[in-house]
Amino acid sequence: MSDSQGPLWEVFVQKKAGQPFVHCGSLHAFDKEMALQNARDLYTRRNEGMALWVVPSSAITASSPEDMGSFFEPANDKVYRHPTFYQIPDAIGHM
Amino acid sequence: MENKTYEDLFEAKLAKNEMIEPKDWMPENYRKHLIRQVSQHAHSEIVGMLPEGNWITRAPSLRAKKVLLAKVQDEGGHGLYLYTAAETLGISRDELLDNLHTGKAKYSSIFNYPTLTWADIGAIGWLVDGAAIMNQVMLQRTSYGPYARAMVRICKEESFHQRQGYEIMTHLAFGTPEQKAMAQDAINRWWFPTMMMFGPPDAESPNSENAMKWRIKRETNDQLRQRFVNQTVPQVEYLGLTVPDPNLKWNEAKKGYDFSEPDWTEFKNVISGNGPCNKERLGARVKAHKDGAWVREAAAAYAKKQNQSIAA
Amino acid sequence: MNNLFVYTLRLADNSLVLAQRLSEWTGHGPFLEEDLALTNVALDTFGTATSLLEYAAQVEGKGRSADDLAYFRHEREYTNVLLVEQPNGDYAKTIIRQAFVDHFNLLLYTELAKSKDETIAGIAQKAIKEVTYHVRHSSSWVLRFGDGTEESHNRAQEAVNELWRFTGELFEMDEVENNLVKEGISVNTSLLKEKWEKQITDLLTKATLKKPESSFMQSGGRKGMHTEHLGYLLSEMQTVPRMYPNAKW
Repeated sequence: MSDSQGPLWEVFVQKKAGQPFVHCGSLHAFDKEMALQNARDLYTRRNEGMALWVVPSSAITASSPEDMGSFFEPANDKVYRHPTFYQIPDAIGHM
Repeated sequence: MENKTYEDLFEAKLAKNEMIEPKDWMPENYRKHLIRQVSQHAHSEIVGMLPEGNWITRAPSLRAKKVLLAKVQDEGGHGLYLYTAAETLGISRDELLDNLHTGKAKYSSIFNYPTLTWADIGAIGWLVDGAAIMNQVMLQRTSYGPYARAMVRICKEESFHQRQGYEIMTHLAFGTPEQKAMAQDAINRWWFPTMMMFGPPDAESPNSENAMKWRIKRETNDQLRQRFVNQTVPQVEYLGLTVPDPNLKWNEAKKGYDFSEPDWTEFKNVISGNGPCNKERLGARVKAHKDGAWVREAAAAYAKKQNQSIAA
Repeated sequence: MNNLFVYTLRLADNSLVLAQRLSEWTGHGPFLEEDLALTNVALDTFGTATSLLEYAAQVEGKGRSADDLAYFRHEREYTNVLLVEQPNGDYAKTIIRQAFVDHFNLLLYTELAKSKDETIAGIAQKAIKEVTYHVRHSSSWVLRFGDGTEESHNRAQEAVNELWRFTGELFEMDEVENNLVKEGISVNTSLLKEKWEKQITDLLTKATLKKPESSFMQSGGRKGMHTEHLGYLLSEMQTVPRMYPNAKW
């Protein structure tokens, strides 16, 4: 949504090296540099992170609640994707 | 027919204590109620920057100055988290600000009282933020996801606010006689306005019933007010100061204090624009917005040029 | 008077007065995100001021505290440069003032980080990281204003023209500082001038702004000869402790 406060951006922060970037909130900014600076000034005031992503909210495509069944339930019965599905002889130990 | 199904799903989610998310179906009244409440909350944070901001340049020590600056900045941040939560309900920042600037939206009546001495900064941090935190802790479990997540973040950050306020009060209460008098005067002026922050008595609160039904609120105004008094009175006593309420008395039967109701006529007056600082507070917000217009236009124009030159 | 005390106090006053000015914006910024961003700059700057004042108080060794130095000196005893005490004006003026100071501070602290005085060096090393960000913040706004709208361009140019005359003082040297340079404690700021001018000229050019022709420079802050603005800033800042001189806050 763009208005006189600039477009909306989503902010993702990486807490520690090696960890995934996690969504932490949104803000308004007029350009990329400002979005990045504002994200720093807003969402890392208390040492919350060491790296940031900013993404224009308009660039995000989200699934709908109506999709929930068709998107996610089919994965329920695919137990063969999990290691515990398989039998390994005890003698082999951990695999 | 179909709406009925959606409504059933919505009700079922509430019953299971699950959160409602932006893309979920929600009754129009729920959406409206939330927009009103979340934006009112956001406006309160933003307008709330002003009474304390009034003392930033006059804070009496370097430490106090930094703390106050950081605190007022936090309030701006909290306003921002809440505005973005409100925006997920389909209202723009522009509309939200416009509603504030035209007086269509309300904000907490407490910020329409003046900060006259440095002790007021202590009283606001301790009493006003203390009351706000009570509300906010409850709202971490509110039914609307983005609102609840904003509140979790806010509560984490607010935890120093009340402590800094009480620290100021201890310096004053155990300081010189003038300082102690300043502290008592601040309590005298802020006590009842703070009590008003929890809203009208349950019996007369027009929005409470829906808010409870939808699990937006999880405790009533009167419950929160009682808890605040119970918690705060010993803190006043520790300072060797008094609560300006002749009817304040411990009630062993209910394991809580009996106390006087604030002056609800005054409350209605302040809410409807006739508090001591309503004009100044709103005026300051409108001025900042107007003075900032050319800055925002410049940033928009510059961004547009940059995008064109990237595209070219 | 002790050279190191005088010098540390100068650095402290520059930070304190600028931070005080910046903090006037809190709650009144052009939009919410920027309000918070500038407040961060103010907080960093107050932090540096506090460290420097604490060190000045320690060097002086007369029992005065950092707060005493901040709250109980009058304007003739303040030794900040005139640039930092100039009123905020519109946001363009605040940003131009900030860009001038930020670029200077980055050069200054980079050198001071090598000071033989460990405390000064430590304060400078911490400040470098903060000021690097301040430079980025103020410079990006100079570009937005200069190359934004006609109005923002004009406001920014006006601010440059108005504030330019206060920039020469940043590079002035006197006996106090010359002596400390010899001891490896302070920095010969006159040697930073060329670099600063180039950085600022590049920034202004990129922002389609012009460096003023006039080269006349105001001066006096080091000797406590201030513009009339400082007195008001100090009266406001010092009012409570001066009203209750025996109180602790």
